[in-house]
Amino acid sequence: MKDGSKKFLKNGLGQLTIPLIAVALLVIFNLIRDPSFFSISITHNNVGNAVLSGNLISIINGASELAILAIGMTLVTAATKGQDISVGAAAAIAGSVFVKVLKSGSEISVGMVLLAFLCACLVAMIFGAFNGTLVAVFNIQPMIATLILYTCGRSIAYWINGGATPTVNSPILNAIGSFAPGIPVPTPVIIVIAVTILFKLLFHFTSLEILTQSVGINQSAARLNGINTTFIKLLSFILLGVCVSVAGCIGVSRLGLINHETLLLDVEMDAILAVAIGGNSLGGGKFKISGSIIGAYVIQMLTITLYAMKVSSTDVKAYKAIVIVLLVVIGSPVVKERFRKIFKKGKSGTKGVEAA
Amino acid sequence: MRRFSKVLSLALVVIMMFALTACGGDGSIKVGVVNNPPSESGYREANVKDMEAVFSKENGYELKTAYSLKNDEQLQAAQGFITEGVDYLLISAAETTGWDEVLKKAKDAGIKVYLFDRMIDVDESLYEAAVVSDMAKEGETAVNWLLSQNLDEYNVIHIQGAMGSDAQIGRTGALDAQFASGKMNKVVQQTATWDEAEAKKIVESVINSGEDFNVIYAENDGMAKGAVAALDEAGITHGVDGEVIVMGFDCNKWALRELKAGAWNYDGQCSPFQAKIISDLIKSGNAPSSKKIINEEKGFDAKTLTDADIDTYGLGE
Amino acid sequence: MQEECLLKLRGIDKYFPGVRALHNVDFTLRKGEIHALMGENGAGKSTLIKILTGVYQMDDGSITIDGEAVSIHSPQDAQNKGISTVYQEITLCPNLTVAENMFIGREGGLLVNQKEYKRKADEQLQSLGIPARGGQQLGSCSLAVQQMVAIARAVDMKCKVLILDEPTSSLDDKEVNMLFSLMRDLKAKGVGIIFVTHFLEQVYEVSDRITVLRNGELVGEYLTKDLPQVQLVARMMGKELDELGDFGETDSAAGSDSPVFYEASGLVSEETNPFDFTIRKGEVNGFTGLLGSGRSESVRAIFGADKVTGGTVKVNGEEVKISRPVDAMKKGIAYLAEDRKRDGIIADLSVRENIILALQVMNGFFKPISRSESEAFADEYIKALNIKTASSETPIGSLSGGNQQKVILARWLLTHPDYLILDEPTRGIDVGTKLEIQKLVLQLARDGVSVTFISSEVEEMLRTCSRLIVMRDRHIVGELKGEDLNQAQVMKTIAGGEA
Repeated sequence: MKDGSKKFLKNGLGQLTIPLIAVALLVIFNLIRDPSFFSISITHNNVGNAVLSGNLISIINGASELAILAIGMTLVTAATKGQDISVGAAAAIAGSVFVKVLKSGSEISVGMVLLAFLCACLVAMIFGAFNGTLVAVFNIQPMIATLILYTCGRSIAYWINGGATPTVNSPILNAIGSFAPGIPVPTPVIIVIAVTILFKLLFHFTSLEILTQSVGINQSAARLNGINTTFIKLLSFILLGVCVSVAGCIGVSRLGLINHETLLLDVEMDAILAVAIGGNSLGGGKFKISGSIIGAYVIQMLTITLYAMKVSSTDVKAYKAIVIVLLVVIGSPVVKERFRKIFKKGKSGTKGVEAA
Repeated sequence: MRRFSKVLSLALVVIMMFALTACGGDGSIKVGVVNNPPSESGYREANVKDMEAVFSKENGYELKTAYSLKNDEQLQAAQGFITEGVDYLLISAAETTGWDEVLKKAKDAGIKVYLFDRMIDVDESLYEAAVVSDMAKEGETAVNWLLSQNLDEYNVIHIQGAMGSDAQIGRTGALDAQFASGKMNKVVQQTATWDEAEAKKIVESVINSGEDFNVIYAENDGMAKGAVAALDEAGITHGVDGEVIVMGFDCNKWALRELKAGAWNYDGQCSPFQAKIISDLIKSGNAPSSKKIINEEKGFDAKTLTDADIDTYGLGE
Repeated sequence: MQEECLLKLRGIDKYFPGVRALHNVDFTLRKGEIHALMGENGAGKSTLIKILTGVYQMDDGSITIDGEAVSIHSPQDAQNKGISTVYQEITLCPNLTVAENMFIGREGGLLVNQKEYKRKADEQLQSLGIPARGGQQLGSCSLAVQQMVAIARAVDMKCKVLILDEPTSSLDDKEVNMLFSLMRDLKAKGVGIIFVTHFLEQVYEVSDRITVLRNGELVGEYLTKDLPQVQLVARMMGKELDELGDFGETDSAAGSDSPVFYEASGLVSEETNPFDFTIRKGEVNGFTGLLGSGRSESVRAIFGADKVTGGTVKVNGEEVKISRPVDAMKKGIAYLAEDRKRDGIIADLSVRENIILALQVMNGFFKPISRSESEAFADEYIKALNIKTASSETPIGSLSGGNQQKVILARWLLTHPDYLILDEPTRGIDVGTKLEIQKLVLQLARDGVSVTFISSEVEEMLRTCSRLIVMRDRHIVGELKGEDLNQAQVMKTIAGGEA
């Protein structure tokens, strides 16, 4: 057991060091700026539920879609050494399908919502399989392959909507996108936990993790070990499709409206950044889902902090970029190697003294 | 000079009318519309539908349409309409520049040009008239309505659209004047770039900071809806008899329904209905009284809104 | 003699992480000679050339040009010192003209006008007898002419040493002859040419002298006329005898009466010609031949690693279809690939994960090997194969070559194969580990496992195999067993009938 914790410190934390330091710095910065920044209070929302509120809740709630997408993006990155830039557009499609199915019935019941989600999920998986086929079968660079859906995805969503911004109103959707009756934690946060557990179970009950990593690290060797590399890559895109549909449906449920132009706009870049900030190599191979999730929260915390500081709206993106560049550079192999060398030098220096 | 051009245009009209009777086999008026694609926004969708409804066969028109977000594609389409020999060319341009040559060609070919929704940077003589919205006026109407509410204090969360867009500049102007005069307090002024979810985050952030506010001025309906979602989560009442006044723009049908239900207080119209004005001008045969025709736009108050208003002025379904 | 000496390399050492690529290598090039540099894959030829051309920096040793000690820091530096290289793949720009290609990127190039370019190019091309004109687009010339233009460029840059790295591999016979006559011309003009090729006949046709490298060390320098082809092959493949000691007899009779495990007839992949092959239970056999003879390609076809396009395969007498590696694995066939880095290790994954990988694939997607189970497997094999690693969680990439190889071996042993194919399992690893692997092969055979063993060291194969299949030019040219299984016979068969 002791050995295990040592191992964790040595390997496990290694990758998570940067994102955790980033979280810590943001927390400290905010506490200095405003000691009550992270205070949580209980209020009653307009439906009459007792719910938690505060910046911390806003952060973990607001990051939900991003965290879920980051999970799928991590898998795609690991297996294909590339990223899917169409997740925002695909989420808009999934959201549109979700709304379309909901509006097709006379009233919105739990069963209807479930059916709508399954349809959205299926459609997102099909689009994922489309991207995956381009990448795995035709060997097209993931960013180029997904550029197609990135460009036309929102038009497809519009076409499904048959109108610019259809709205759906239902207490059930409100319970999904906001708070469920009797539960003070935002439902999207619970969905993130559920999706994370689902993926953990997937890794536990299948050999997906080691196969994905093998394909990403050394495709040629993976193939000679009998791994169906095409299948693994395709699967990563399909699983990302599942994540996309969940994120899209949360997004729709939050507002009861699908705007194909703005739903999860620019989320692909944030999702890729979450993967990178989480210490995962964008060049594929070894990965840690937890890193990407923390990465998503780092990005959201940064956004909320900037909002709270009332940073001029147009400057928010610039500030975000600066912080993210710093994080990614610090996490880059080059800088890591430097640090390691300095650290080693310090160590061997003291050893030398001892020997003398 | 002016007189001469008037005479010329009159002469042109006469010639055109002859031409019409000469070549229009079934007597219908050929209209070419160069517009942005309906997928651009709910506004555009309503705009396109309106054009199709007004310039219909029943009304004696033969309608040709071309939709693109790209200026050069629009230019090509306009060129095509000129070659085909339409009688009228209606344009909502993607960009304000680059249209000189095509409009000159249209003029040479005796085609009358109407601009709608958006102005173009060309000499006035190249088009008959431009039928446009006055975004600044929309803002003024809204702010005047807000002032008429006679609140003790105006603490405003101002959620802006994509910075630099016509709608944002126009709708921001009137409110900025109030902030400057000190009549209203700016709690926060942020752009959500027309993104509903972003608007929610902005409002959430203000709520978390504990600052007081009693007005949300969102520059479109979607962002107003996002803002309301944040209020609902925090248990803050809004709308008629609520703690916070909610204002939106564009008059989507669903937004007007929110208004009718009393969840919001005000929605400003941004009318996409220019087709009828243009059609009337065409049918009357008279030259328009002014080169710039402002499309009349209303502001709706939750208390006075009727179901008929929703049907008449609401966009979408 | 002394003043004839153009280029002298002495005591060159070069290390890469975990590998000694060159050790104490000497090389001498004289004015006006064509000098063939020979060696099997991994012998150190390309490393030596890269040091000469400034791509790599040597770790120890000296370089002298025209009697003057120099150090070469970069490819540009090498060019300035008169060393030019023409690579196998053309490195010129096909959509520029011949003249532009000859003068591009050189001093004052910007100021010289096009006409001047063309005139100078035509002059040079004519004097070398190259059938191309300066104004012609390079891409419109044949590959041979393109290569010759590259040589003309080098000559025009006043090169003293011209390195030709596999220049003939994509040329036909006529083009080869054209190239050779150009080489002889240059030789007459006093240029020293280093000729790297794996075509033995060409070496004998054009070269004056041969230097042989093996395992990063110098074997010797010979006058071409004094070194028969068989001897050259022997030198390239090595024949250090018995310094590894005795570790048990190969039972050449072993398996001769046991049932056939694997049988292929007319097996053909995208990389091979059709061939027949059988192996019995408990038999150790081997494919031998020079680099490029098709020995690796043959076993890759057996394993389904390359796309199999025809032939019938029987395993245990039953006809089966093996078109992907996983098919072979399910039939009990394991394949340790030739290129450990490219096709073997999953560098960032741990020793443990690398060991269980093949078994995991065979178990299937829905039956993951649990952490505790995989740890037990890893520990077992780390101990059994004496793998030196800090722990089973160490990334395999940080292990030495020999230990990496043992991990890959463990990976395949864990699948309990009936038939193990080992392609160059001992390349680039230390003598001790080599010996362990050879012992292991014999042990496996005694336990009834069939083994196909490929090595570029004939000695090693003679020690382990009871039957050798000899390949040349992608064809099986002989099968040696029993009394014929000796060094001389192997060399003779590899080199071909004559000599």
